[in-house]
Amino acid sequence: MSTVAKAATTGSPTLAISTRKVDVRKSVRQAGPPLAVLAGVVIVWYIISFALGTKSFLLPAPHRIFTEGFFDPEVATDIGTALLRTTGVALAGLAIAIIIGIAWAVAMSQARWVERSLFPYAVILQCIPILALVPLIGFWFGFEFFARMIVCVMIALFPMVSNTLFGLQSVDKSQRELFRLQGASRFTTLTKLQFPAALPAIFAGMRISAGLAVVGAIVGDFFFRRGQPGIGSLIGTYQSRLLGPELFASIISASLLGVVIFALFGLIGRAAVGRWYEPAGS
Amino acid sequence: MTLTAPARPATATKTLLDFSNVAMQFKNGTIALSGVDLVVNRGEFVTVVGPSGCGKSTLLRIASGLETASEGTATVNTDRIGYVFQDATLLPWRDVQKNVELLAELNKQPGAARRAKAKEAIDLVGLKGFEKSLPKELSGGMKMRASLARSLTLDPELFLFDEPFGALDEITRERLNDELIRLFAEKQFAGLFITHSVSEAVYISTKVVVMSGRPGKIVDTFDVPFDMPRDPEIRYTGEFAELVGKVSHALREGHS
Repeated sequence: MSTVAKAATTGSPTLAISTRKVDVRKSVRQAGPPLAVLAGVVIVWYIISFALGTKSFLLPAPHRIFTEGFFDPEVATDIGTALLRTTGVALAGLAIAIIIGIAWAVAMSQARWVERSLFPYAVILQCIPILALVPLIGFWFGFEFFARMIVCVMIALFPMVSNTLFGLQSVDKSQRELFRLQGASRFTTLTKLQFPAALPAIFAGMRISAGLAVVGAIVGDFFFRRGQPGIGSLIGTYQSRLLGPELFASIISASLLGVVIFALFGLIGRAAVGRWYEPAGS
Repeated sequence: MTLTAPARPATATKTLLDFSNVAMQFKNGTIALSGVDLVVNRGEFVTVVGPSGCGKSTLLRIASGLETASEGTATVNTDRIGYVFQDATLLPWRDVQKNVELLAELNKQPGAARRAKAKEAIDLVGLKGFEKSLPKELSGGMKMRASLARSLTLDPELFLFDEPFGALDEITRERLNDELIRLFAEKQFAGLFITHSVSEAVYISTKVVVMSGRPGKIVDTFDVPFDMPRDPEIRYTGEFAELVGKVSHALREGHS
């Protein structure tokens, strides 16, 4: 048995090289179609933009987003500063959502009655339109960092709660019995079995929450329109001044921020559990 | 059975498991077991065969303390109980070494002692060199070996097996049967092994218990006369085939 396994190990380097060769061709094949779509969109964009004539601020030609947006020092500084501020709010909100979400789920995993008493509120939190609460939150907590962070937490919390709870409860029955047979305490079972087993689900939740935290940071800021401007209120400002290229540049920046944070947490998750975790069906 | 009695070790007989008139009725009314009398002594390897859903697993669950019998008395005279589940139940985030250490760790044994114990158990099941492997890198048979090693660290006096090799291919299963026999011959624990396979039952055990289904009842018991450790060749002898035939027959009668 061991010789077979060792032969397989020594055989793997050549295998890895050949798969890498295939990967280059594969990635070209994979990147091709979306790039073609992008090219198509840009062409249509130019056509519409020129057809708009004097109203071209509604859809400025793509190159103007760069010349008058990203490459304009003043605009770039404004966007950069605002983006940084929003990132700070999003990450702080996300961190709090992660801590509260995990604690909430752990509490619910410990007893049926706790789950029954607390889960409905997680669902309600998810269902209420946060936008309707934004004015209230500003009213209570002011319009600066803290209030924006609360909006963030409220939007990002639910995936953390539901994913963590799902992860904690998805532990194999016989694994749980294995712990029971050794008289393992609740705490030991939680830390040595349930929590590690839940990590893949927790990281999946974190990724979703990360994306939502960015949305939350922008939404809060956009509606508060007070205090030091984040990317949300900057978007609002450009919009009201009909600054098309700047508006597009700020919107694209905000979207990229979401994508980057989402991808970052995907990487963190893979680094943390990818070593041992095999997604079902792989 | 009129065949010669199997060789017994010189150690004094110790009854590790004693079921007397054990019955099990679940809350939903299902009767899983009824009137089960079963004794397993040190140096005995008892195999239970029976149709699916006849309460074989319930028997083990009562023996291990996972369930409590609703009637009768179930006595277990040791707290060193090994339990091997149907699947390997390894923790996927721990390598083989850490998985094998788990039970000693849960019993709060100091690090050095449990590492030594795990190393010994890993050697014993033939997984030397795979200490750092993760479960996902192991074959089904190797996972089962790791699971066996994990139970061995408890140095069990009573060893319970819940169809552990049911999901393995024939060749792996036969090889693991031989390993288990070797371990049994060496350690002389009391074994209680659940299986679907009559030939596996006859090959590995000193006694075969046949159960009927719904409610689970013991319908027949056969002593297995072959020496331990077993010669794999006995599987192809007439005596072996004859005993397999008798057990299968009892199983079929109990089933109808």
